[in-house]
Amino acid sequence: MTTQIQGALAQPTIAIYNRPRIRAVFYQLVLLATVLWLGYEFALNAKANLDAQKIASGFGFLDNTAGFAINQSLIPYDESDSYGRVFLVGLLNTLLVAGIGIVLATILGFFIGIARLSRNWLLARLAGGYVELIRNLPLLFQILFWYLAVLGPLPGPRQSLSLFGEIFLNNRGIIVPAPVASDEAGTVFAVFAASLIAIVAINFWARRLQIRKGRRVPLLGTSLAILIVPLLIALIATGFPIRFERPELRGFNFVGGLRLLPEFVALLVALTTYTAAFIAEVVRAGLLAVPRGQSEAAFALGLRRGLTLRLIVVPQALRVIVPPLTNQYLNLTKNSSLAVAVGYPDLFAVFAGTTLHQTGQAIEIIAITMAVYLAISLITSVLMNWYNAHIRIAGR
Amino acid sequence: MGSGSQRSFIRRALVEPEPPPVASTDVLTSTRARLFGGAFNTMLTLLSALIMVTLAWPTLKFLFIDAVWTGSSRLDCLAETVGREVGACWPFVKAKFGQFVYGFYPESERWRVDLTHLLGAILLVPLLIPSIPSKGLNAILFFGVFPVVAFFLLVGGVFGLPHVETRVWGGLLVTLVISFTGIIFSLPLGVLLALGRRSEFPIVRAICIAFIEFWRGVPLITVLFFATYMLPFFLPASWRIDGLARVLIGVVLFAAAYMAEVVRGGLQAIPRGQFEGAMALGLGYWRMMGFVILPQSLRLVIPGIINSFIALFKDTTLVLIVAIFDLLGQLRAAFADPSWATPVTLFTGFAFAGMIYFAVSFGMSRYALFVERRLNTDRLR
Repeated sequence: MTTQIQGALAQPTIAIYNRPRIRAVFYQLVLLATVLWLGYEFALNAKANLDAQKIASGFGFLDNTAGFAINQSLIPYDESDSYGRVFLVGLLNTLLVAGIGIVLATILGFFIGIARLSRNWLLARLAGGYVELIRNLPLLFQILFWYLAVLGPLPGPRQSLSLFGEIFLNNRGIIVPAPVASDEAGTVFAVFAASLIAIVAINFWARRLQIRKGRRVPLLGTSLAILIVPLLIALIATGFPIRFERPELRGFNFVGGLRLLPEFVALLVALTTYTAAFIAEVVRAGLLAVPRGQSEAAFALGLRRGLTLRLIVVPQALRVIVPPLTNQYLNLTKNSSLAVAVGYPDLFAVFAGTTLHQTGQAIEIIAITMAVYLAISLITSVLMNWYNAHIRIAGR
Repeated sequence: MGSGSQRSFIRRALVEPEPPPVASTDVLTSTRARLFGGAFNTMLTLLSALIMVTLAWPTLKFLFIDAVWTGSSRLDCLAETVGREVGACWPFVKAKFGQFVYGFYPESERWRVDLTHLLGAILLVPLLIPSIPSKGLNAILFFGVFPVVAFFLLVGGVFGLPHVETRVWGGLLVTLVISFTGIIFSLPLGVLLALGRRSEFPIVRAICIAFIEFWRGVPLITVLFFATYMLPFFLPASWRIDGLARVLIGVVLFAAAYMAEVVRGGLQAIPRGQFEGAMALGLGYWRMMGFVILPQSLRLVIPGIINSFIALFKDTTLVLIVAIFDLLGQLRAAFADPSWATPVTLFTGFAFAGMIYFAVSFGMSRYALFVERRLNTDRLR
């Protein structure tokens, strides 16, 4: 009897091609072979096509002379420089607009996100309207709107619109006073840096004092005093080495000051307002994700509204906010490639645009461009994963 | 540590209880409390009201009150000729309407575009209304049959319809073709990629992860450049791929990667028990996925899928950078026409195109919200 049952339960013989392990290996090998074959075919075709069109492959073109001008560059550049230099100029311009855009979008986004949750009905509606309007219009549409419709019809330099007589708007861009530092400025910077270090140290010390003794130090006033007083003394002692150079109209154009290209302004405004709408939603979701009981408990413990927000709600909300926020930063960086539509010389416009059309090295140039954006994305996600692991609530 | 006498944060006396909150149930009182409770709040209210009025009034004035409704040339939209302040120049939109909607599609063949739009609408509307039955058949018609019909109708070359090259397509037609193609191809591809990413076969998983992360890591514009300039090099020289088709390939690959991540979210939300139950019933991998897991997880992520569709719809504007003139591209082309150059042309054009983009995106997002709410009530029961 028992032997019979055992016999019935024994592994039935499975044909070799039906065994799960064998099948798994087989399917994966088929997939791998297909992918490899596709890659091989692509490479073969690319070689044949390039030979037929007599395009030299390789990255040698990076050393050739570019021969075109770029209207904004953070590093010295002129037409006799190489395509490699063009790449660098473009990359820096991309990072510039992305960096400034990220800072501004974060500030605006947080304000709007908090305003959407305001108990003030009118303010909440206003913020909601902003988010809905901006999120439902394509970004490229907005960039073109700012560039063509808002900045395009501005008058020429002689009829510039002026703000407080310091900032001038015209069809060549926005001209703002430029900070000019003389030799003694180094002292002021040193004093400023020392103040910052002192503030960090004091904050650290005050925190420890509060944890150990429960005594609180008026931090905000102290910090501000440390920041402002030595700076003022240093500025007066050295005779104000940093001043702002005012732009002045001479003839048909402005002399002095810092000129922001209209392309840059249009791109920056569009990227900032667009991303801010998404950040606002991220912030709102993060704040709503903190259970009401948390703030109610804080109130019950006697914490005021500001402290509750700062000590209880925000730290918990940040856990929810930070990952999608980084995503938005990445989106902004990737979206900055739309600069090509208005002619701001970012990486994509000068490298995958002008350089590609001049050299015809499509494969190399697009591969490099994609690799740069991919590298930015991957590095950010690695940092993000590290940060996530760092702030995760420790499991029991 | 000291004796604790310094711990000033320990309260030793009870606080007087606060008076009970004033009952503010009627609308007037609660509104007043919400808008004008406290100086800061009042300031916020006034500021918001100020911003709203300064934005809304000029917009209304521009779009309706000062607008020019009839006319035949730019002269009708100039302040000098009209003799008053001029708002939106609607005759401009009327004159360019054909271009905005059809691009340069031959005028005698435009009924084909209209018919395609009409067919699409007839099939789409009942699909969106939950109470209308036979969703399966409807979906097959919309996602399976309609694309084929639309393809032959728009491209022509069969059944006596003259061939229309995609080079002359433009405007809203191209916007819709790209969005729709992106949607119907990216969804199945995205589902496959998501399944692959969750697969227990390491090679399959690695390939899918690499594919998804690659497309998600680069901007769409590089993908479009890749498809337009780089893809032809990788294919045999004898293959001549149409410019629009190349862009479509790029859009589909890009959208599929994003779709895969949305679907993966749905797959991860399905409890293990569902997989185990399906396996215990003896279902194989594809039956388990097809009959048990995917129907549940796709239902969960419908809002996410619609959000991807909105992103895709907005992203179609990028094709103007590779010289395919969608609605925004035609708008830009129309701005260059000197016979309609007036100070208000730009704003009028942007207002018109903006309304179309906003209506479609906003409509889709509201629909996503509606579906989300419906799904939630399902789960509450």
